Amino acid sequence: MTDTSDFVRIEHAQKSFGKLEVLKDISLTVERGQIVAIIGPSGSGKSTLLRAINDLDALTGGEIWLDGVQVNKTLPHRQYEKHINEMRQQIGMVFQHFNLFPHLTVRENVTMAPMLLKDLSKAEANKLAEEQLDHVGMLERIEYYPSQLSGGQKQRVAIARALAMKPKLMLFDEATSALDPELVDEVNQVMKKLAEDHMTMIIVTHEMDFAAAVCDRVLFMDQGVVVEEGPPEVVFKNPVKDRTREFLRKHIEGAK
Amino acid sequence: MDFELMLKVYPFFLEAAWLTILLSVLTAILGLTCGALGAAARLSRFRTLRFIGAAYVSVIRGTPALIQLFILYFGGPQIGIQLDAFEAGVIGLGVNAGAYMTETIRGAIITIDKGQGEAARTLGLSQWQAMYKVILPQSARLMIRPLGVNINALIKATALVAAISVVELTYTAQRYIGSTYKPFEMFLLAGILYMIIIYVAGRGIAWLDRKAQIT
Amino acid sequence: MGLDFSIVPKYMDVILLGCAWTIGITVAAALLSFFGGIVFAVIALYGPWLLRQPFRLFAWLFMGTPLLLQLFLIYFGLVQIGIDLPAFVAGIIGLGLHFAVYNSELIQTAILAVDKGQMEAARTLGLSRGEALRKVVIPQAVRAVLPPIGNNMIALLKDSALVSVIGVSELTLSAQRVIGKTYRPFEFYLLAAACYYVINLGMEWVQRRIERRISISR
Ligand SMILES: Nc1ncnc2c1ncn2[C@@H]1O[C@H](COP(=O)(O)OP(=O)(O)OP(=O)(O)O)[C@@H](O)[C@H]1O
Ligand SMILES: [Mg+2]
Repeated sequence: MTDTSDFVRIEHAQKSFGKLEVLKDISLTVERGQIVAIIGPSGSGKSTLLRAINDLDALTGGEIWLDGVQVNKTLPHRQYEKHINEMRQQIGMVFQHFNLFPHLTVRENVTMAPMLLKDLSKAEANKLAEEQLDHVGMLERIEYYPSQLSGGQKQRVAIARALAMKPKLMLFDEATSALDPELVDEVNQVMKKLAEDHMTMIIVTHEMDFAAAVCDRVLFMDQGVVVEEGPPEVVFKNPVKDRTREFLRKHIEGAK
Repeated sequence: MDFELMLKVYPFFLEAAWLTILLSVLTAILGLTCGALGAAARLSRFRTLRFIGAAYVSVIRGTPALIQLFILYFGGPQIGIQLDAFEAGVIGLGVNAGAYMTETIRGAIITIDKGQGEAARTLGLSQWQAMYKVILPQSARLMIRPLGVNINALIKATALVAAISVVELTYTAQRYIGSTYKPFEMFLLAGILYMIIIYVAGRGIAWLDRKAQIT
Repeated sequence: MGLDFSIVPKYMDVILLGCAWTIGITVAAALLSFFGGIVFAVIALYGPWLLRQPFRLFAWLFMGTPLLLQLFLIYFGLVQIGIDLPAFVAGIIGLGLHFAVYNSELIQTAILAVDKGQMEAARTLGLSRGEALRKVVIPQAVRAVLPPIGNNMIALLKDSALVSVIGVSELTLSAQRVIGKTYRPFEFYLLAAACYYVINLGMEWVQRRIERRISISR
């Protein structure tokens, strides 16, 4: 598939936890190289949507497509495992709480998956890890354990770990929410750099300024539906919907 | 206190202690194996296996080890299982210890933060790879100490095989109490040997634990 | 030989009587271990040196050796010093003391955790040290460790099978006697196991109820 207009395609995504309907018929496409921000109040289903894209939380209805391949195919368990592991190698994910592996050094955190899944030799994997860590400015901490790093440093390593798999798409779930304010910027800088490299990204965030600065499109979600979407200038400055306006007003007040 | 008598009989106790040690080691190996399998069953994605694991833990922990030993040793021949007392002791005690170890191992696995498994799966690791590369190395450190408690209990539980006449420490003590009428002296002899065994095992476990925490 | 459960009903009364004995012994030993545990804990923490040191040695010996060995010591030891008690009394004492030592460890930790602030608060109200311990510190400490003490008592039920070895006619020995007549070990030991399992479930049920009630008053 050479058409890039629907590099990521979400069709009628629906998700319930028991009786609770968290995602209600969400459809969305992301072009190759595009950067989409998802904003919305707590509990609106942002994380759930993001986690559905790599099937960490399986949808109860709808389809997810990446680069012409359906991610959440219906397959017998064994085949599905194989399929989803291949898909996930192409989808990097960064979590709010980093989730670095505490028993491994920074280097091992980054090299483990490429060595296991891409049959890289140790030397090749090391070279790859050094490149990626250099990219996020963490090369000098390569032999450290995660417990010896600050939150911002951990998050940068987590990004390098995801990038080492050479993903086609990166998902960020509030990557800076758990950080002290003074550490937020170093992570944002790394994400900006990725944007300059034209990485396709879907970013769940509470930082409107950052979203406005790097994103091509903004999605406002509330109660499991996309209330409004458009370029950041429009959504942030001149939202069409009252609910969006209300949310942004509260958010700006909250920030002060 | 009859020290002369104690000196006279202690070689027999020493010999019995070796059997207690052998019993303990074999029981621990079998127990750990059953514990690992039990934990795997309890955490399996198959309902049937989860049920079997839960039933194993519940039934074994809900009934006396002595009765389990009797069913195996005295009842076994009725269903075609012919074991000598030592074999029945190792198997009975090992399966029993395994039920307790199942819970220890399972506990250490489920306390690892869910995000660890998720991060591994997100990178594309399979369930098994996530388990042995990410979860198990972390939970292994957590389980050494509580497994040590299980092993301490298991060493003391080896005394039960005295009831099916395996000539280990407790059986030997009982026999000499019967023939010498010196219960306290015999208790002390056997007791000291038990405590040495438990102490050495405890040191070994503490050493392992320290080694595991360093890296 | 195969299995044949058809003779089981004929001996059911013997087995049920054994169950009753097992329950009785367990309850008696549990009570002994509970109050003994409190006494031991107080001795270990506040007793005079002359009492504390021998107690520590005793606790150390009892935690480091098998219960079965201790039962032999108590049963034959009592006889030797001229106290000829029925086997079941020796059994209750042995089980009770063994678990009292374990309970005392739990209670000691809890007392130390409660002690600091609560003791001071009680003393400022004018209570003596002993009164403060009895009325304020110990009740709280015991409440805090009731769940693990409950677990000890469930363990005690299962270990009560060991007193069969010194000739107490509880469930296990009753099964053994029936087997002596019928030569059906598998059937009757299995039946005994089932009885223990049911009593065990009952104890777990009681434990949950007590815990629920206690959790309100904490
Ligand atoms: N595993 C789960 N089981 C049951 N309910 C869940 C589960 N995960 C999420 N939910 C519910 O789904 C809803 C959406 O959750 P989600 O985490 O997607 O929200 P969010 O938009 O990411 O919020 P936040 O900004 O707080 O991270 C919430 O009501 C949440 O309680
Ligand atoms: Mg979220």
